[in-house]
Amino acid sequence: MIATRSAISLGKLAIRSSGAATLGARSFSSSRSSLASTLLFVEHRKGEINPATLSALTAAQKLGGDVHAAVVGSESEVEGVADKVAKVNGISKVFYSASKPFEAHLPESLAPLLKSLLEKGSYSHLFAGHTAVGRDTIPRVAALVDSAQISDIIEVQGEDTFVRPIYAGNALATVKSSDKVKIITVRGTAFEAASTEGGSAEKEKIPAGSAEAPTEFVEEKLTVSARPDLGTASRVVSGGRALKSTENFAKYIEPLADALNAAVGASRAAVDAGYADNSLQVGQTGKIIAPELYVAVGISGAIQHLAGMKDSKTIVAINKDADAPIFQVADLGLVADLYDAVPELTEKIKK
Amino acid sequence: MRPTSALHAIRVLVPVKRTIDYSVKIRVASDGKSVDTNAKHAANPFDELSIEEAVRLKEKYKDGISKITVVSIGPPKSADVLRTGLAMGADDAIHVEIPEKDGSLEPLGVSKVLAKIVKEGISTGDSKEEVGLVIAGKQAIDDDASQTGQMLAALLNWPQATFASKLELLGTPDLGQEVQVTREIDGGLGVVKTKFPFVMTTDLRLNEPRYASLPNIMKAKKKPFKKLTLKDLGLENEVKNRLETLKVTEPPKRQGGTKVKDVDMLVSKLKEAGRI
Repeated sequence: MIATRSAISLGKLAIRSSGAATLGARSFSSSRSSLASTLLFVEHRKGEINPATLSALTAAQKLGGDVHAAVVGSESEVEGVADKVAKVNGISKVFYSASKPFEAHLPESLAPLLKSLLEKGSYSHLFAGHTAVGRDTIPRVAALVDSAQISDIIEVQGEDTFVRPIYAGNALATVKSSDKVKIITVRGTAFEAASTEGGSAEKEKIPAGSAEAPTEFVEEKLTVSARPDLGTASRVVSGGRALKSTENFAKYIEPLADALNAAVGASRAAVDAGYADNSLQVGQTGKIIAPELYVAVGISGAIQHLAGMKDSKTIVAINKDADAPIFQVADLGLVADLYDAVPELTEKIKK
Repeated sequence: MRPTSALHAIRVLVPVKRTIDYSVKIRVASDGKSVDTNAKHAANPFDELSIEEAVRLKEKYKDGISKITVVSIGPPKSADVLRTGLAMGADDAIHVEIPEKDGSLEPLGVSKVLAKIVKEGISTGDSKEEVGLVIAGKQAIDDDASQTGQMLAALLNWPQATFASKLELLGTPDLGQEVQVTREIDGGLGVVKTKFPFVMTTDLRLNEPRYASLPNIMKAKKKPFKKLTLKDLGLENEVKNRLETLKVTEPPKRQGGTKVKDVDMLVSKLKEAGRI
């Protein structure tokens, strides 16, 4: 089951490739009266800064203090990324460091480096994106500095007070930290990306320390798609269990996505049934997105799915079942058989 | 004398959290600082994947896996989810009981308790066995923190393999034996190689947890079940929550919109809204 479900079998994979990141731009002014000083962990791939890092920076700037960035990577790549980070608006210093384990984001070597940086600079905060890399690495840092992490924040209320969703987004908790160093991961869709221009931070190369990792990177198998990246796309078309097969997914969902220049997503049911790749799952345990337009096709709208998309600006639902919960959150609902409605919609959008 | 083949057999520790059942629509409690927990509870779904993976390892490697211990840190009722674990195939259970009034421990506190249990080893009869693998869920569906496994790995200074969708042993389980783990990452899959002892956290695609059969539920009642307190572990002063919940609110409600009668109307409404 696992083998057949592995992404290799989908034949859409390449080793270490990436989708292009589109970066939203917005400048942010901040007062410098605060005592907060933040270290920002920079995630990057193929020389591009991850948009989640830029959103984390916007969140960090709400504190008003200095923000320094930590960039790690391979010897050949890290300097180029550090140059880009130095130009990001709102960063005053960039530390960068190179080693082989850093290239593969291995948390066993990354966490001690971040810990030593946090201690040397007496930072009050560490900010990072709540991405797969952030979720892997940042809790390890938190434990090393004996701090209770606050995950996936959507609002900054003060230097020690943050808002985060719990129970699949069905409640929002406002929590106040009593830790000396606040360790924060940020929900990318809750903050606009900081501008990648206008900054001129100084750079400092730092030693990697004993970057030996007990874990070895073997390979990455990334889904290659010419479509926009699901995490940052402004339009998303998602399919659910009602598609009934991989073939139907390709026949109905993908053309509509292409007509809209949208990314493709899927419900957990569609992923579990093997109709779509794991990396396309939208929901509590998959991607959390907030595009301009979200089109849910044949998706009933379980709590866990809504957790991943209910912050979309406009939600369209196409479903045969007029009582499906998805209609309670959809701005525009069409009760119809998707096999008739989707091709018709695709044609009419193309015109 | 124990047989040689079992000399370095791996003991697996599986942490399990009792959470509100995933299908329950939760409500904010009247105090405005928590959610109403007067609802159906069950084992956190990711923890069931962890138990399943441990049981499959034991079924496959027999002598290579000595015992599977399920552990839960929580109120008296957490005993329920430990019994579920035993009925699924775990050998014994440890319940670190936190008084109901103290609420639940944060991931940092939980990882400290787990680290202490791992460091001390688990007694079986008159011998103490080292834990060589911890399999935890990638996140609990109540606090959605996704921290405990990583924090535990840090406290033990063990390698970690998070969000695992496939675990392959490259030989019989043994300390120092290499494993290959396929992880779910943004945009696809990542593969890492590491060694026992390590901490793994489970993702949805790892396996399909089994149901406990009635005979196994009956048998589970006779399996060893140890109760401990933070004091027993010497952690009553070390494990304290650091975060204060000031308030819990309902998220802003989305306005349920209009239903359109056909595709033409849908297209024109989308154009009106500037979405296409």
